[in-house]
Amino acid sequence: MIEARHLTKTFKDKKRGVIPAVSDVSFTCRPGQIYGLLGANGAGKTTALRMLATLLKPTSGSATLLGHDVITAAREVRANVGFLAASTALYGRLTAREMICYFGQLNGLDDVEIRVRTERLADQLDMHEFLDRRCEKFSTGMKQKTSIARTLIHDPAVMIFDEPTLGLDVMAARAIVRFVRDCRDRGKTVIYSTHVMSEVEKLCDHVGIIHDGRLLAEGTLQELRAQHHEQDMEEIFVKIVGGDKY
Amino acid sequence: MNWKNILTVYLKELKDSLRDRRAIISIIVIPTLVMPALFFGVGKIAAGVVSKAKQETPVIAVIGGEDSPGVTGPIRESKKWRIVETAADWKQQISDKKIRAVVKIPTGFENNLKAGQLDPVIIYHYEGELKSGMAVGELEKYFRDLRERTVAARLAERSLPETLIRPFEVKRENVAPPEKVGGNMLGGIVPYVIILLCFTGAMYPAIDLTAGEKERGTMETLLCSPASRIDLVLGKFLVVVTGSLSAMLLSLLSMGLSAAVAGMIFMNKGAGTKLAAAAQQAHSVGGMPTIDPAGLIGVVAMVLPVAILFSAVLFTVALFAKSHKEAQSYASPMIFLVIMPAVIGMLPGIDLNGRLALVPILNLSLVCKEMLSGVWHWNYIALIFASSCVYAAIALGLAVKMFNREDVIFRT
Repeated sequence: MIEARHLTKTFKDKKRGVIPAVSDVSFTCRPGQIYGLLGANGAGKTTALRMLATLLKPTSGSATLLGHDVITAAREVRANVGFLAASTALYGRLTAREMICYFGQLNGLDDVEIRVRTERLADQLDMHEFLDRRCEKFSTGMKQKTSIARTLIHDPAVMIFDEPTLGLDVMAARAIVRFVRDCRDRGKTVIYSTHVMSEVEKLCDHVGIIHDGRLLAEGTLQELRAQHHEQDMEEIFVKIVGGDKY
Repeated sequence: MNWKNILTVYLKELKDSLRDRRAIISIIVIPTLVMPALFFGVGKIAAGVVSKAKQETPVIAVIGGEDSPGVTGPIRESKKWRIVETAADWKQQISDKKIRAVVKIPTGFENNLKAGQLDPVIIYHYEGELKSGMAVGELEKYFRDLRERTVAARLAERSLPETLIRPFEVKRENVAPPEKVGGNMLGGIVPYVIILLCFTGAMYPAIDLTAGEKERGTMETLLCSPASRIDLVLGKFLVVVTGSLSAMLLSLLSMGLSAAVAGMIFMNKGAGTKLAAAAQQAHSVGGMPTIDPAGLIGVVAMVLPVAILFSAVLFTVALFAKSHKEAQSYASPMIFLVIMPAVIGMLPGIDLNGRLALVPILNLSLVCKEMLSGVWHWNYIALIFASSCVYAAIALGLAVKMFNREDVIFRT
């Protein structure tokens, strides 16, 4: 379970002064659900998710993951979160096995546990062929699989995906979508940020539309369609963010 | 703080760095090769130049002396130089290195010598030029011998003993053991090289583990783990310190071997270099120009906090950068800040005192110079070590603080 309450983040800039990145955002994401955070580039999606993953501290407001507060119990939060983003890269000079093992160790797993889980993940993701090769020589698909294995090594209850398909080809993106669904099916709490409408329609049970740091609308896909008398998600999005003026 | 996490980060970063060719070059290859290059490369060139200069017969010219054949005759017949006709622009010829020296013999030199009233013999030369200096040396020796022969003849005429004008001899006798000779000779250059390599050894890993990781996008991946920021920063920081100390220790090891081998080679060849001179001097008291092991241990101990200081400062500066390139542009000019006090420490006449003992880097340079030449000022050593530890602790605290700053870690 993820609960964000009045989550706010501002950044200070010498030239532009105080910049609000996320303003008063509240939402709840339940286990076995995918919560889609939909917004254009610069809407505040990454900042909101980074606050949930404890990478950034909220300026005000709070959030809890499985009951752990992101400010006061950051370590416990991270121990229960798998964070996968387009910006979370791999160590090129390590092999896929070493990469997975490193994050297993940082998550407090012992060597036997790491070995067993690595083998299981390699089976599930079909990684055996490149498990002992260095990541720098990997194809995009291999990198994605290794990142997924790295995210899952400690079997987190909460998964945070920040535009994970950004820059991927169709096949790699489909693999990610399949993996996200799989996480939901296994009862994990999943939050997924994107600006791709089709992904939202395919994946999300609940959608929050974020624009200029504010959560402008929230609900299931059916609720949003009913509220805005539109079937097409893109049209709904444009209506909500006032896209006509752009 | 979790030591298990720190060790995990340290071992991973160390493995990562050892697989990086650029890190290997800056931490292992350069520190290992710079000393042999210095001793053999520079030493060989210097030996070659001196040897060539010695083999070459210097070209000189003589002005005057036509009325003093007893003086000019032996000069003209000597095989130690080659006499050429004195041109009108002889001064320009010295400047152009066409002739190495010109000796001007006063009019009526021989007659006046008997009368005891003489104008000086003047040797014109080009100051600082090796071959000109060698020609002057030979000419001075000739006139010194002539003067001594003249004095001896005059004393003999008057039946006076030679001890009348030379009542006693002054002799020099070296009592310094070989390590002190070596220490004095290498005391200036060793701290300079160690300080520089300590800094450059830390530079690459500091950049790669901070700005490099930000640029490659792995920093965010790492920050997602439950390890605390202090565990991450200390694990990484220890790798930077390892880089710095490895560079320093490898350079010392390489220097020790190079000094021993180069000393043997140059001493055998008698090449006339500074190194060979020291080797000869040391040999006269029964050994090679070695460095006092206690001095070396002292140097290593004193360098430790400075290596931490360098690592922490470089780590902090590089952490602020967004990319490898940006970090390099911040870190590279800092080499000058390191070189300047190290060079000042090498200068003769700059001695350690209470105030200088508090100036970072300069204090290390000065105390290392003293320790390598067998001087142990324990009060200064304690003050320098303590102050270096304080500076290192402040710098490390700053590095940890910077690592905890969102605007630094996620600077875009």
